[in-house]
Amino acid sequence: MAVDALKVNGLQKSFGKNHVLRGIDVALEPGSVTVLMGANGAGKSTLVKVICGHHRADGGSMTLAGKAFDPVDAADAIRQGVVTVHQSIDDGVIPDLDVANNLMLDRLVERSHGLFVRERHLRAEAAKVAAAMGIDVNLRARVSDLSVADRQMIAIARAMARAPKVLILDEPTSSLSATEADRLFALIDRLRAQGVAILYISHRMSDIRRIADRIIVMRDGAISGTFETTPLDYEAAVTAMLGHRMTEVDVAVQSGTAPVLELADLRLFNGSAPITLQACDGEVVALVGLLGSGKSRLAEILYGMARPASGAIRINGTDYTPRSVEDAVAEGVFMSPKDRGTNAVIPAFDIADNMTLPFLKGLSVGSFLKANRQKTRAQEMVSQLGIVCQSVGDGIGTLSGGNQQKVMIARWLLEPAQVLLLDEPFQGVDIGARRDIGRHIRATTQGRATLVFLAEIDEALEIADRIVVMNEGAIVGEHKNQNVDLAALVADISGAQSTATGTFS
Amino acid sequence: MNDRLLDFAIRYGFLILLVGLIIYFSLAAPGFFGPLSAAFVLQSVAITGILALGVTCTLVVGGFDLSIGAVATSALMLSAYSMVILEHPTIVAVALCLGMGALVGFINGILIVKFRVPDLLATLGMMFLLIGLQRIPTQGNSIATGMTLTDGTVAEGTFSAAFLWLGRHRFDLVIERLLPMPVVIFIGIAVLIWLFLGFTRHGRLMYAIGSNERAAALVGTPVNSYKVAAYMISGVTASIGGILLAARLGRGDIASGNNLLLDSVAAALIGFAVLGAARPNAFGTAIGALFVGILLQGMTMMNAPYYTQDFVKGAVLVAALVFTFYLSSRRSGTGH
Repeated sequence: MAVDALKVNGLQKSFGKNHVLRGIDVALEPGSVTVLMGANGAGKSTLVKVICGHHRADGGSMTLAGKAFDPVDAADAIRQGVVTVHQSIDDGVIPDLDVANNLMLDRLVERSHGLFVRERHLRAEAAKVAAAMGIDVNLRARVSDLSVADRQMIAIARAMARAPKVLILDEPTSSLSATEADRLFALIDRLRAQGVAILYISHRMSDIRRIADRIIVMRDGAISGTFETTPLDYEAAVTAMLGHRMTEVDVAVQSGTAPVLELADLRLFNGSAPITLQACDGEVVALVGLLGSGKSRLAEILYGMARPASGAIRINGTDYTPRSVEDAVAEGVFMSPKDRGTNAVIPAFDIADNMTLPFLKGLSVGSFLKANRQKTRAQEMVSQLGIVCQSVGDGIGTLSGGNQQKVMIARWLLEPAQVLLLDEPFQGVDIGARRDIGRHIRATTQGRATLVFLAEIDEALEIADRIVVMNEGAIVGEHKNQNVDLAALVADISGAQSTATGTFS
Repeated sequence: MNDRLLDFAIRYGFLILLVGLIIYFSLAAPGFFGPLSAAFVLQSVAITGILALGVTCTLVVGGFDLSIGAVATSALMLSAYSMVILEHPTIVAVALCLGMGALVGFINGILIVKFRVPDLLATLGMMFLLIGLQRIPTQGNSIATGMTLTDGTVAEGTFSAAFLWLGRHRFDLVIERLLPMPVVIFIGIAVLIWLFLGFTRHGRLMYAIGSNERAAALVGTPVNSYKVAAYMISGVTASIGGILLAARLGRGDIASGNNLLLDSVAAALIGFAVLGAARPNAFGTAIGALFVGILLQGMTMMNAPYYTQDFVKGAVLVAALVFTFYLSSRRSGTGH
């Protein structure tokens, strides 16, 4: 058997008190595609960053083709033969230069390269690289004018120009359409045949089915499963990724009263299957699904940020067609978005200002704010949700992640909602805060329909009355949160029964 | 203890420096301390202060307005053209200028929010355009009563007394005829903008946009309207500055107002450091303008040559910026 291209032994990495990698063992064989799966925060990106020299490991060792491998920085890793194509494609190309220059860029930085660019020589070399990779674009075109897929091909081709032993692709299809992804897979097949060891990070089941030779799964900083016997057991891999320890929280399941929100034959994308769904007063519905399952799209449509391809939405029987976020908020549809750092927190503001931001109008006389009223309302929510702070005048940045998230949730509980949308409300939140938030959401459900968008099964089991599974832009399963058949739930999430081929983009 | 000292320094350092400066000049330069001198300082900073308050509004929404100086000089030329050549009454001239300022601000805003031109570039382009535009109607000449027009006739209009009153009238305060009209307008605008930014929900939403535009949009704030409004406020205040300048000079002088942009931007940026706000604010901007005015007045009275003035302003600005960005970054997580 050939020597492993890259072998990682007992890798450890901590950031402060946060132990991110707890002894990782991975081996990559030449001429094989290993898929790395893991939920957000499982430690995938940290592992990649250690391998590609961005972070130094705290413990453990790596060997590259049998020799010790300990890159001091990213350039060193590349020199030794480990090349990474990162998620955001534009990190890998220079948009304002043409294709030939991009392909040859790494030669230009070499010291042995003379002062002047030998234009004709450069183009000849670039043409050779492009031909070897099967790239068919005009070498004089500016990269910024190319499609995302072409740009990505060029980023990979640049990486391949160094004849690496190991190629790491970090969620390469996240911004590609289905046909574009097919081109990428063809390229990966060719590289595999050339004997490159490939580590492929992705959430998309359709990708994984297409190219994986083996799957390794990370969860909470450790390898939670390795799957290499054919046929690969995709469901077991998803189970290992999401985990579903029985939760200690007992949910008193409600079925709700009158329907508040109705989706009638709603198509999220052109060509995706229609969605029909009801959510009732007093009910908490969790929408679960992997990245790209369409649940973010549904949240955006309901919050007026995107338009559905077809179909209707009704709230309390009347048609609801929000044209903007303002419309949605005016109709009583509130959303706490995911990634609070980018989408929700106003870093310059204190707790009271952050919390009351959407409802300042009700807290003013004419245009003038009633600071006292603002403080009192914020103070009420602080005590209801158990937000740990000295006063509501504290800067939002002084709070822990869990408490910041509580403020962001409290923001939308200040006024009664018709429909409350919570997108990943437990992201970057410790277990205590997660319980507090869950309890409070469940305690206040009367008078509204609550939709929670989640990737993790545990969290859904903790908060929902009903769990609706999405895949490829459609609803593929529905489970009442009582004696849930976890195997069936996981099968729905991984798309086991689904024959959809991912035709939406 | 050290933290509290740092906090105190950040919060009051600039005001203490200002008081120290006043005491020093009062002792070192006879005649510096007194109502006449104070009125003179205020007079010297009133117009730049008004422009600075406008640019503060654009800074609050995370933008920038480089066109304010050009808007002010355009208003200066427009008021002169309107009164001297077209012989409009005062009210029409003033309304034309204010409308021009609002329109320029509106166009700036549209360029930025609809056409996605970066704020610095959009307002730089507008500045260039206005500097050129204001010279076209008079073939690049200054406007004064009695000048010969292209068609051979003589401009017979004059600046009306009411218009000149705006720039030259002095109110009685302590001493007869002490407080100039532009200073009163400066203080009035400062109070208005201070109330607007600090105490209304519109102001609060504008700060939210400047701090995290996406988050502000996701709570349903009409981000684009607020941004356009900020540039319109900036345009209108700049045109007020231009009107006052015209009223003080009494002629449409093509070369005046060269320093307006830099001086007012400097005042707004120095304002970041006042009270440790570390962000644009109306009170800080007014104090920033005053600080520069006092420093220059004191130095002039101590016979520092005029050509050192820009150097001193620049030094104050750099010091204030270090103060804001370095010291404040060492203080973790601030509220307001």
